[in-house]
Amino acid sequence: MKEYLKNTWLGIWTVLVGMKITFKHLFTPSVTIQYPDVKVALPDRVRNRLYVNMDDCIGCDQCARACPVECIEIETVKSLPTEDLGKTSNGKKKALWVTTFNIDIAKCCYCQLCVFPCPTECIYMTDSYEFSEYDRNDLVYKFATLTSTEVKEKKANFEEFQAQKEAEKAAAAKAKAEAAAKAKEDAKANDNSKEDKPKE
Amino acid sequence: MYEILTNIFNSEIIAILIAAFLPLFLFILPFALFAVYLERKVSAFMQDRLGPMRTGPYGVLQTVADILKLIQKEDIINKDADKKLFNLAPVLVFAGSYAAFAAIPFTSIYIGTSADIGLFFILAISSLVVAGILMSGWASNNKYSLLGAMRSAAQIISYEIPTALVILSVVMITGTLSLNTMSEIQTAYFWNWTIFGGAEWGIQKILLIPFMIVAFVIFYISSLAEVNRTPFDIPEAESELVAGYHTEYSGMKFAIFFLAEYANMFAVSAIAASIFFGGYQSPFGYFGNLIGLEWLIPLEQLFWFTMKGLFFVFVQMWLRWTLPRLRVDQLMTVCWKYLIPYAFVNLIIIGLISLI
Ligand code: SF4
Ligand code: SF4
Repeated sequence: MKEYLKNTWLGIWTVLVGMKITFKHLFTPSVTIQYPDVKVALPDRVRNRLYVNMDDCIGCDQCARACPVECIEIETVKSLPTEDLGKTSNGKKKALWVTTFNIDIAKCCYCQLCVFPCPTECIYMTDSYEFSEYDRNDLVYKFATLTSTEVKEKKANFEEFQAQKEAEKAAAAKAKAEAAAKAKEDAKANDNSKEDKPKE
Repeated sequence: MYEILTNIFNSEIIAILIAAFLPLFLFILPFALFAVYLERKVSAFMQDRLGPMRTGPYGVLQTVADILKLIQKEDIINKDADKKLFNLAPVLVFAGSYAAFAAIPFTSIYIGTSADIGLFFILAISSLVVAGILMSGWASNNKYSLLGAMRSAAQIISYEIPTALVILSVVMITGTLSLNTMSEIQTAYFWNWTIFGGAEWGIQKILLIPFMIVAFVIFYISSLAEVNRTPFDIPEAESELVAGYHTEYSGMKFAIFFLAEYANMFAVSAIAASIFFGGYQSPFGYFGNLIGLEWLIPLEQLFWFTMKGLFFVFVQMWLRWTLPRLRVDQLMTVCWKYLIPYAFVNLIIIGLISLI
């Protein structure tokens, strides 16, 4: 009987204790952050979407090689000796036209390994993290600044230059070869005369 | 009320129909919309969240949006369901809980039926809900639904006993089964409420107070169980039974179950308020009497009635977000080993006191 009454009392009492706690929480300010309207302050060194400052990129391909998931795709074309591409902000001379610089953010694992090797510090993490897309291909960010016609032009320029150089080289080689052949012939002639002599 | 409507429409049938639908459209639907919103907000605040905030200012339109969504949903009836029973069940459940409103006095001038056996009618008609729930569980042809329905039936039938015992003890004092008369007896001012021993002064009143409080607690607990609210929500225990007896329902039929649940919540709260807390009577006297505006009184009464009902609905929510769900055996223990003996002893003591 005593046990029974105690149980009843405990039952009611514990419910009241619980109700007191929940009642207190009714007036505790909520911890919810209303996300799109209110944003949490990000820490200083957050790693989010990558950005490449193409003005500074020298197209050295180091970042692409450092990336463990191979999500950076870089293609470059050499510039002509006559062209001046300017300098980067830390004084490196640019020598390559960067025709393609794609980062597939969908693949990126935000490891930041691409950031460290960059000699001009032009690839870095930004604090933007709201870049969801409906199509996965839209997550490939294209940083190259050249238009497609420019790219074609640069390629053509370089090929022409290459061809010219090749031609020059070929000509030079030919000239060299001819000279060599001539020298050989002369030598042979000499040899022949030498050989002939003892027979005589 | 009837006379006015009969005069307007010149036909008694239309008048009765309108009077019957009045509480549904003027009261229960808005109440359900509001209560669902309130429930979300209360639960959110108790868990230090904000709850719905996006749909309309502070999310007030959330429930409206939900209802619109539910209306658009496809009405699915599973292949092996017993179609007739399946379709009938939500109607029956809702009819059962709505019918209880017929005997609840909203104000002194509006009550669905002036039958003298109001409380008895409510006890009887709310048992119809059990039939509806059993039907839905059986017809769904789903083991979760059936389990939920059987649990629900066991629970409601068990908990009707303490409810009835408590109501009996109150009826012994007030001497009436009509909720309207009961509310009238507990005239304005809160010390006349039944929970404070009724309107008559004397030794009896003082003696009754503790036993009335016990009676109220028992009534409230068992009414919680009858409307399947946490901690007694084992019939629809989400974590064990998916959604219990309404697992297979979708769209409007599900909405009707939902509406019935909220209507039921208000019904039991209103009954508790009517029996123990003065019904529609104002706790502090009427403002209308004070400034001599007779027509203000029913409006005030409606206000107080709604407030009392809403308060008990709030307490139901409060309990829901405080307590974990009972196990089936614990549920039966609470009812048969604790509530019924206490209710019975209480009944005898109140009976003895009323003899004084
Ligand atoms: S952060 Fe890592 S994964 Fe992303 S591009 Fe850089 S190296 Fe590749
Ligand atoms: S490492 Fe820096 S400079 Fe080199 S290609 Fe990448 S971004 Fe450009």
